[in-house]
Amino acid sequence: MGLEQFKNRNVGQQEYVLLDLEHTPQSPMGKFKQVVKRTFKPELFVGLGVTMREMINALFRGQMHTIKYPFEKLPISPRYRAIHEMLRLLESGHYRCIGCGLCEKICISNCITMDTRYDENQRKEVSEYTINFGRCIFCGYCAEVCPELAIVHGPRYETASEQRASFSLFEDMLTPIDKLNLQQEYDGFGAVTPNADENIKKTPLAY
Amino acid sequence: MEVVSYKNVETFVQHLPEVTALGVWIKAIIILAVISAIAGFGTYVERKVLAFMQRRLGPMHVGPYGLLQIIADGIKLFTKEDIVPQNANRFIFMVAPVITAATAFIALAAVPVFPDFTIPEWIPVIGGTFVPSIASDLNVGILFVLGMMAAGLYGPLLAGMAQANKWGIIGAARTAIQFLSYEVVTGLSILAPIMIVGSLSFVDFNAAQAGGIANWLVWKQPVAFILFLIAGFAETNRTPFDLLEHEAEVVSGYATEYSGMRWGMFFIGEYANMITISVIAAIVFLGGYSTEGLGWLWIMLKIAFFFFLMLWVRAAWPHVRPDQLMWLCWKVLMPIAVINVVITGIVMMV
Repeated sequence: MGLEQFKNRNVGQQEYVLLDLEHTPQSPMGKFKQVVKRTFKPELFVGLGVTMREMINALFRGQMHTIKYPFEKLPISPRYRAIHEMLRLLESGHYRCIGCGLCEKICISNCITMDTRYDENQRKEVSEYTINFGRCIFCGYCAEVCPELAIVHGPRYETASEQRASFSLFEDMLTPIDKLNLQQEYDGFGAVTPNADENIKKTPLAY
Repeated sequence: MEVVSYKNVETFVQHLPEVTALGVWIKAIIILAVISAIAGFGTYVERKVLAFMQRRLGPMHVGPYGLLQIIADGIKLFTKEDIVPQNANRFIFMVAPVITAATAFIALAAVPVFPDFTIPEWIPVIGGTFVPSIASDLNVGILFVLGMMAAGLYGPLLAGMAQANKWGIIGAARTAIQFLSYEVVTGLSILAPIMIVGSLSFVDFNAAQAGGIANWLVWKQPVAFILFLIAGFAETNRTPFDLLEHEAEVVSGYATEYSGMRWGMFFIGEYANMITISVIAAIVFLGGYSTEGLGWLWIMLKIAFFFFLMLWVRAAWPHVRPDQLMWLCWKVLMPIAVINVVITGIVMMV
């Protein structure tokens, strides 16, 4: 790739048209000519045509912009940090959390509280795990630090609640065992959006 | 240009049954009910059409496709508190919206709105009554309608002056200059068709254009047609000329302090005026209705077209400034209208 493409900073379509702005006429005759010219220009009808075209586009060519929000939703970025989810191992169905406590340690708003104990096989198990979503700032450090990809951010972003303190228990965030096959892997922090190629062209990485 | 002979007018009028007072009463009630409903439905259509032209959906949630939105709006308007501002002139403030709504409906009395029909005999009391298409078939119908719409000026004017609000005062001043100025253009532009037909009655206009699209007056008077449309937009307070209640400049103009059903009456009056202007344009320039077959459907389509045109223009064009409005009226439209009348007269004489 040559340097030429990067040096061209005009990112648009390069189809600019210079407007022919006339000077304001000074003589009465010039003013009269301008009025007549503007009167019989079809500009007003061009405007009518534009709105009619948009109406036809919207009604018959499926270019309606409205999203009926509670019933339809726009896709969100894979990096989006919404309500947390606890994932399970696909093979055994056991939860992935190993009780290391890194998420509790790194949480800058101190909203994660966890407690662990040894089970009968001398493996660590999570005995208590809550996130106070009233305190959580959704910084994403817990999901970033988790070595087992156990705590992740899910797609649920409607977080209005009736009280300030809103605790979520481990069992609530855990993928239900009967929906294990529907469990979505979290793409995480390095994830690129599906249209990243188009977006990145506008801001090239190298000069 | 030859003067249109209207020897078929007599036959056209004679076959109609006698118009009784009961028929006129029924017609008046029909006009009131249906036009009020259409005015309410017009707000729905306006919101939908504007939404589609901006690639939105418009009201969707109340009823199928938002059709019951007008009922929701009506309930809201009727149940809102009726506020009269402290320093307002109470009586004039309260009576002003009635003037707007009343003049708009009185104007419709002389306009043929729906086809005439006879109530079937089996209905008790009113059975067999002939309901005319015009509630009051005046021989000066056009003059009466234009005069009534001009009298409608008092609604916004008094409302703006009575409410002790500076935006209202500005709105009232704009009402006076805009309505009075464009009344001149409306009158002068419709004068030329009146000269050709030689009558002020809508029925005569309708009869003179009978027999196909080629006989429509719009082909003989295209300039008058365009002038009348422009002036009609100004008289019904539609965009490019809705300076009376231009939100960006004067909050809501003459309607600033109004709420609830009093504001609703201004709204109904405005929409009734839109329908009146559409009906006049359809009858005077676009051939009107024909009594046989589906003629009544055609005039409905013509009226609907003009109504749609008003919404279409609102979606497409920006406002004009008040000084541009006056400039357009007195320096452009009025001279053209006068020249049009003079040329029409010369052509008729020669």
